[in-house]
Amino acid sequence: MMPQPLIVGVGQSRIGRVPDRSTAQLQSDAVQSALADAGLALNDIDGLFTTPLRVEHWQAPAAVVANNLGLRPRYMSTVDLAGASGAAMVQQAVAAVAAGHCTTALCVAGQNLLSHRTRADAVKSMAESGSAHPQFEVPYGPVVPSLYALVAQRHMHQYGTTPEQLAEVAVAIRANAALNPAAHKRDPITVEDVLKSRVISTPLHVLDCAIVSDGAGALIVTTRDRARDLKQKPVHLLGAGVGVRHSHIGEAREPIVTGAVEAGRQAFGQAGLTPADVDVAELYDCFSITVLIELEDLGFCAKGEGGPFVMDGRVRRDGALPITTHGGLMSFGHPGVGGGLFHVLEAVRQVRGDAGERQIPGVEIALAHGNGGVMSVHCTLLLGQESRS
Amino acid sequence: MSASRPLPNPDPLTRPYWEGAKARRLVLPRCDACDQWHFYPRSVCPHCGSDAIAWHDASGKGVIYSVTHVHRAPSPAFEAMVPYAVAIVALDEGPHLMSAVIGSEIAQVKIDAPVTVDFVDEGDITLPVFRLASAAKI
Repeated sequence: MMPQPLIVGVGQSRIGRVPDRSTAQLQSDAVQSALADAGLALNDIDGLFTTPLRVEHWQAPAAVVANNLGLRPRYMSTVDLAGASGAAMVQQAVAAVAAGHCTTALCVAGQNLLSHRTRADAVKSMAESGSAHPQFEVPYGPVVPSLYALVAQRHMHQYGTTPEQLAEVAVAIRANAALNPAAHKRDPITVEDVLKSRVISTPLHVLDCAIVSDGAGALIVTTRDRARDLKQKPVHLLGAGVGVRHSHIGEAREPIVTGAVEAGRQAFGQAGLTPADVDVAELYDCFSITVLIELEDLGFCAKGEGGPFVMDGRVRRDGALPITTHGGLMSFGHPGVGGGLFHVLEAVRQVRGDAGERQIPGVEIALAHGNGGVMSVHCTLLLGQESRS
Repeated sequence: MSASRPLPNPDPLTRPYWEGAKARRLVLPRCDACDQWHFYPRSVCPHCGSDAIAWHDASGKGVIYSVTHVHRAPSPAFEAMVPYAVAIVALDEGPHLMSAVIGSEIAQVKIDAPVTVDFVDEGDITLPVFRLASAAKI
């Protein structure tokens, strides 16, 4: 069996409002940053993974990215599991290197989602982007937050989850972003701020929702041999899994239980780990409710107990399970489909111990999770310093 | 309702649903092999994997499984309607679907409330919607 490939470099562009950089430039900035981090050059890259974009109509995005960067990959793919793409392309890059299809694989994603268009255009395009079923949901007028709000309302009805518990997710994640100099939104917020912010679709307020940002991220995977003389302490992918239980939320018989159950079970099984082993969980945070469902379905708490679980500081940086320590989609940045790649970058940094002021002490195992569609498709990664096999 | 509201573009898989709605009937797919209903339409039965699927009249009755009040319209077509209720309805036959609940104050549209189907014409399309059973038209 071939030795397990390693993650050897991570990087990102400027994040937030970056009107002076196009999508292609943001991606290039992220790639150069990841190459410098690893101690590699563009001509070392022979595998390429990227995601679809919303703002650019690129045919075969992987080919356009390759062309933009001057790459001639031996193996390439445009990975589309919506919001789970960021995690999934890392899973697939590791698999491609392990299989010998390429030696050094680049994962890159991001775009100028904020600067490219008006906020109204962004909202409309998201509402009609396929999150809502074009025939059976779009005609009734849900915004994307409505689709998650329907999950939240049911969760509140069934388990007694409160708006304050949902708000605590946003508050904890913003507190993390406050320690991250690269984050888009860094001003601390309180539970009261969230509850007083504009209602988008009950029970979700604007501060229960992800932001919209410009930005791109990149990550590099290579063989154990190649990793030996590179700059960074390599990070192992210990386990990975995907899961899907429905495609659209309106048709799900039980929308509050998701494919995160299968994704997590597969990742933990492969790694020989349990949720109790996780030191930091970079949970996908498109909405506050998403985080509660992931905590439950990944096995950090029992079904229905996500609300009480996040209280009393448990998911804060000094709590038992720090979550989304870079600031996530809610505060670090959300440039669309590839936004979940930032969660993986943060997991890598936390494992390496070089996350700066926001470093959680003694991280051995980090989880990164991606969720695509409306709680539809999930990908879970478990990262650590040493292979456990 | 504005004429510019996005409307479905029926296709071979979904056309029976929209033709049923046009005739003011709620029709849903049911599997001939296992006799179970499902929705949204698919190529194979999600319960048993058979592709022997036929469309049948449903009761049009169900309960609210979840409901949200939309305050931020997705597009100008919906702006005059805010806030409005978007619900997931659990039909008596089992499947869930998304719909609007009309004819009541949205504060009265609550989870577990019984609802009955009704139909709203939008140009060439007829949209199934629901009313609270307590407020249904006789």
